[in-house]
Amino acid sequence: MSSSAELHTRFFNLLPKVQKPGRYTGGELNEIVKDWADIETKIALVFPDIYDLGMSNLALAILYEIINNRPDALAERAFSPWTDMEILMRESGLPLLSLETKHPLYQFDIFAVTLPYETLFTNFLNIIDLAGIPLFSSQRDSSHPLIVAGGHATYNPEPIHAFVDAFVIGEGEEVIHEIISTFQSWKNSKNTRTDLLIHLANIDGIYIPSFYRDHYNKDSSFSHLEPLFDQAPKSVIKRIVAKLPPPPVRFIVPYINTVHNRIPIEIMRGCTRGCRFCHAGMVTRPVRERPIEEILTAIDLSLSNTGYEEIGLLSLSSSDYSQIIQLAKNIGEKYQNKNLSVSLPSLRIETVSVDLINSLPSSHRGGITLAPEAASEKLRATINKQLNNDQLLTTAQECFSRGWTTMKLYFMIGLPGETMDDIQAIAKLCKDVLKIGNKALGLRAQVHASIGTFIPKAHTPFQWCGCETIELIKAKQIYLKAEIRGKGLKITWVDPKETILEAALSRGDRRLAKVIYEAWKMGAKFDAWNETNNFPLWVDAFALANIDPAYYAHRLIATTDPLPWDHINVAVQKDFLQQEYLWSLQGFFRQDCRNQCFSCGVLPVYKHLRMNNPGDFWKCPEVNCSNLGQTTSGNLD
Amino acid sequence: MRVRIFFSKTEKMRYTSHLDLYRAWERLLRRANLPLSYTQGIKPHPRINLASALPLGFTSIGELVDIHLNDNFPIEYIFSTLQKTSPPGIVINSIVEIDAKDPKLQSQLEASVYLVTFKYFVPDLEEKIQMLLNVNSTPRIRRGKSYDLKTLLLCLKTLPFNEHGQQQIKMTLQTKEAATGRPEEVIDELGVIVENCLIERVSLILDINTEYETEPDDNDLQGLTCQ
Repeated sequence: MSSSAELHTRFFNLLPKVQKPGRYTGGELNEIVKDWADIETKIALVFPDIYDLGMSNLALAILYEIINNRPDALAERAFSPWTDMEILMRESGLPLLSLETKHPLYQFDIFAVTLPYETLFTNFLNIIDLAGIPLFSSQRDSSHPLIVAGGHATYNPEPIHAFVDAFVIGEGEEVIHEIISTFQSWKNSKNTRTDLLIHLANIDGIYIPSFYRDHYNKDSSFSHLEPLFDQAPKSVIKRIVAKLPPPPVRFIVPYINTVHNRIPIEIMRGCTRGCRFCHAGMVTRPVRERPIEEILTAIDLSLSNTGYEEIGLLSLSSSDYSQIIQLAKNIGEKYQNKNLSVSLPSLRIETVSVDLINSLPSSHRGGITLAPEAASEKLRATINKQLNNDQLLTTAQECFSRGWTTMKLYFMIGLPGETMDDIQAIAKLCKDVLKIGNKALGLRAQVHASIGTFIPKAHTPFQWCGCETIELIKAKQIYLKAEIRGKGLKITWVDPKETILEAALSRGDRRLAKVIYEAWKMGAKFDAWNETNNFPLWVDAFALANIDPAYYAHRLIATTDPLPWDHINVAVQKDFLQQEYLWSLQGFFRQDCRNQCFSCGVLPVYKHLRMNNPGDFWKCPEVNCSNLGQTTSGNLD
Repeated sequence: MRVRIFFSKTEKMRYTSHLDLYRAWERLLRRANLPLSYTQGIKPHPRINLASALPLGFTSIGELVDIHLNDNFPIEYIFSTLQKTSPPGIVINSIVEIDAKDPKLQSQLEASVYLVTFKYFVPDLEEKIQMLLNVNSTPRIRRGKSYDLKTLLLCLKTLPFNEHGQQQIKMTLQTKEAATGRPEEVIDELGVIVENCLIERVSLILDINTEYETEPDDNDLQGLTCQ
């Protein structure tokens, strides 16, 4: 093994040879560097894509601050090297180093990785390999870091079960402390690795994949997952925090440009709208709001800590934050002449949203983004997006007449029950919006249609639906590209090959681990990047594993079939999802559940949390002793 | 008020580009809570003028930036505030007040002095330098345009070995908006791979007529004449 001084010299000698060496140097403002020798537990926080993307990941920033606030633990960052750097590292046998102290990742106690989307899976394998750690959990022992994975893509953990020692299902803010203290007492006890995993399995929200075996039916469909130890719970319940802890305020300020150059402040977690395709909307329930004073304090502190010129007020549906008007007013008054931009992503399409953005300080007035998702009333009923085209056109009129010149519209194609009429409606709606814009602005208006493709996701009402075939997606894209063109119109779309890959991985079972491994071995990585054309590699990997990707991507699943992720309990119950699916087929809307509880299952699961945390910052009804029994009836495992 | 800040761009920011350095300055001034002046218009920009782009991979102990503030402050106050809010890669050396009507910093630039440290021993370095100094012209092509590097090279000399026993050279290159010499091109003429060098800008030399209320430290005004 090389000495650390020698590793450092070799590392720094590579930097002049790569693009953007600033990705690898660390040393930024607000970076936390602790004395390695002094700290009991060392955690590598890993985002398996490049620095430029990873530095905008809020989960990483939250955990970085929480862990480093502990005197007995340190957190250091690690990201994927870009391909040029990877080649040089592999040539010279240099392992992946952390940004802070440049320690090889294999020297950390815990390797904590966040996986927000499935197309990071091959990068995840690659980064374990670059770190000099055995890929498979079964090959690792007490001398290796414990690999812990979390993030939205791990709500169906099965496709990557073989590479992960422990999954965190749900929110990490509290469970991270339990993981650290469990790890510390295990380390002092000098017991076996299995012993550590058994102790971790006792923590709520932790899933140890090696404690289960998968079983299939004769027709090769999924049958069930069998717990192999008494300590392995039959079902793992998503971990949540009852109250959002105060947000991080000492963001690291990168020396190089990253995707989001702004302070992210999460104002609310969860969404009550219930769009049926939306994974985040289902898995992040219940809705919990952060107090307005806490947000204002966080803005103040983080501005003076970072000097950023933009703030993003993040949530799944910002205009649903109860005190959004007051918040906007306070920010507007306080920062009016400070050249500060405030962005509010995910707004509802109502004129009140326009008033809202109008009241926020902004150094420039560029575009405004709205997400009608579908252009026909019929499909909007299918997906439960309550909005009509008149509302959208009125909002467009408001925006253009107040000086916005560009309107970006998000649509989704390939939705269940979609016909060509629905596709034509998208083109027509874009043109109608442009017409309104040109009337208001005199031919200066721009409409940008961003066309996504529907992917069925685990734990949503559409988890049983198939993803559309490449041929159909392509045909619809060709039609839209031909229609949405000309002065003032712009269209972007997603490569259908990437969609199919994500769809297959999203509804995968344990058998896909082999496919992911083979794809990685053949060189697949950066699958989320447009310029990497890895699809042929994936086709080969599926063939090598003797698995048909269409089975996972396109199959319409019977609602009675067992699902590979049934043991992951995200609190929203399967019978509720089934009812939602049925309603979507019948074209019924489900109202916003902040006005009335529809018993999705969240409240019974977290009834004690809710009882101990009364108040309207949760958008679920309150639970008290008298209705405790009633609420739980028939809904608990 | 308009102030000129003498600063160093150190190891931590070796790989921060010119545009990113500009952003780092904006954020540094915003953290300092100094009333930075912004341009008017649809997309206001902070009135920060960096003297000269430092190529990626170079460090510097002699950078210059002019900033415009909407209010007047004692120089000592600005100095101590910026020292507290500067990131690990920026060191504030000194600050002077400048007449707001003075020409733009970029247009006052004359030359830059660079210190080059060779990571690996370069044989016959002195001879190679003498050869380069003895020729009348060094024609080169940059981005399809031909030019004479020699006319931009104002001074080139070897220095004693540094404390690590590495060879070092110092050079002064013309740095005008239309005609700027690059140290990596001189290094290339010496037959050395630029990745095997550490390059530091020692100072930026302004128009001789530029006067300061206080004389800046370590501003190598001798560089022009190559003593």
